[in-house]
Amino acid sequence: MKRAIFGHKGLPWLLLAPQLAITLVFFIWPAGQALWQSFLRQDAFGIKTTFIGLKNYQALFADSYYLNSMKVTAIFSVSVALVSMVVALLLALALDRTLKSSKFYTTLLVWPYAVAPVVAGIMWWFIFNPTIGILPYLLDQIGYDWNHGLHSQDAMALVVIASSWKQISYNFLFFVAGLQAIPMSLREAAAIDGAGPVKRFFTITFPLLSPTTFFLMVINVVYTMFDTFGVIDATTAGGPSQSTMILVYKVYRDGQLGANLGSSGAQSVILMAIVVTLTIVQFRFIERRVQY
Amino acid sequence: MAGIVLEGVGKSYDGKTLAVQGINLTVADGEFVVLVGPSGCGKSTLLRMVAGLETISEGTVSIGDRVVNKVEPADRDIAMVFQNYALYPHMSVRQNLAYGLKNRKMDRAEIARRVDEAAKILEIGEYLDRKPRALSGGQRQRVAMGRAIVRDPAAFLFDEPLSNLDAKLRVTMRGEIRLLQKRLGTTSLYVTHDQVEAMTLADRLVVLNGGRVEQIGAPMDVYKRPASAFVAAFIGSPAMNLLPAVLSGGTVQFGGGRVAVGDGLPDGRITLGIRPEDLRPAAADEDGAFEMPVAYIEELGSQRLVHGSIEGEDVVCAVPAERPVGESLHLTADPALLHVFDAQSGARLN
Repeated sequence: MKRAIFGHKGLPWLLLAPQLAITLVFFIWPAGQALWQSFLRQDAFGIKTTFIGLKNYQALFADSYYLNSMKVTAIFSVSVALVSMVVALLLALALDRTLKSSKFYTTLLVWPYAVAPVVAGIMWWFIFNPTIGILPYLLDQIGYDWNHGLHSQDAMALVVIASSWKQISYNFLFFVAGLQAIPMSLREAAAIDGAGPVKRFFTITFPLLSPTTFFLMVINVVYTMFDTFGVIDATTAGGPSQSTMILVYKVYRDGQLGANLGSSGAQSVILMAIVVTLTIVQFRFIERRVQY
Repeated sequence: MAGIVLEGVGKSYDGKTLAVQGINLTVADGEFVVLVGPSGCGKSTLLRMVAGLETISEGTVSIGDRVVNKVEPADRDIAMVFQNYALYPHMSVRQNLAYGLKNRKMDRAEIARRVDEAAKILEIGEYLDRKPRALSGGQRQRVAMGRAIVRDPAAFLFDEPLSNLDAKLRVTMRGEIRLLQKRLGTTSLYVTHDQVEAMTLADRLVVLNGGRVEQIGAPMDVYKRPASAFVAAFIGSPAMNLLPAVLSGGTVQFGGGRVAVGDGLPDGRITLGIRPEDLRPAAADEDGAFEMPVAYIEELGSQRLVHGSIEGEDVVCAVPAERPVGESLHLTADPALLHVFDAQSGARLN
């Protein structure tokens, strides 16, 4: 990196100031507030606040609802990452085979990424609505009673589909770029070496895509843990019976609606710790990105 | 071991125009044939059709006694060495060599035996457990060759395998490929744009231009009797002098001299070809000698290339290194070493 020389000591700080101010106001300050709040207990009317140390955390890890929410989040994240990556990879492979009309195809596939999560959520809410939705109607024809308001599995399926749908576009772009970075001659050499299309994919293409795959896995998990608030809020609102109550939605429910600021603060801090860990893992691996 | 036969082979990408057309070629068992031509002449396309990486639009390709037009690349019993080597970057050298054998369900002991043998031949034994990225260009080239050798195929196909190497290594590897092919006796089809590589490697040359064959022949035959002005210009370094001239009564007027070309040729406009090394310095009063003003001299060490112009045409003449050159040079040429081409079609006339 090039070292810049500044004549005046204040200038670098001045240039950094806008970014620092934004980070300070929108991240450090609220994060600090959450951290501080996580050590406090406030009474129901917000009149008296007591410092209680780590009691909020202790209460959380003893709370079966919270532990359930962790499990739900894990299932949800892994499902969304898997579904969206597998589908995106299949689409990218299809594009790689037929490079004709690829622009048109790519445009269509990337479109969903421009849709706001809550809009996507509402769209899926309509599609899956047990009373007026098209899919429950079709499922009913084959004898399946779809009701995500009653059945936990249906609710989970709904939020996974709705969240994956949007993420497919993003993953697709990365997979297409990843595939195009693999020289054609490698696949040709493998074809001459007697590997059929399936074997070629698993022994050549997929291993060479592993840096892309790993990167996307982390990105997708972070996305599902934090960015799917809108989808959940618009479709199931965490229900039925907490079966789609992911961590980030629980923070909002307990803090904003339940007014339990101490517990909500502690939950935020835990979430923050998770995302920091994931980011570190990702940077560590990206640094030695070339794994072959 | 087997020969390769191409009959009326053509390739069209858009269904209308032919990128390659009417190729007839028989590569005998054990023969080393080089396809050479400028970029875009269709030489790689032709090789890829033999490999099965491109569909064949017209004609038939046979390997051994079998027509392989519809046969998958894997089942054609060929091995290919790519320009960028196409080594699998996530596999060790050993795995790279073994991959094609494993896919063919060969037993482990046999795979190990073949890999070790190939490694010995190519002297890559000590790199067997390294990944390709830890190898130099020359070593990668050897591994790519090794991957072809272990398969013990009916034919080797080479797609400009040396063009990513530096000049010195290219010369070394050229020699090694030649020796290896002689030793193994495997039928080989080799594509290059480098005429020196083509000349030095080939049992027979196929000169391609614009998707058609210009000439097929042994390197020295092609060099001595190029079938067209294109081949004449393409094969040989420094390139042959090609000069427009008018032929009448078996002689041409040229640079103040009169050059006898030979009898039995029709009068008319021709392109006269003379190799720089066939131009001989002569005394000013020698019969048929013509004068060339000297523009500049290129020193090659072993010889000097004298550049000049006669009647507005650039002419190059190769003279021995120690020969002094003044402001102008009188030159003459043996009529037997002159090449006469039709001015329009470029076809050889004499």
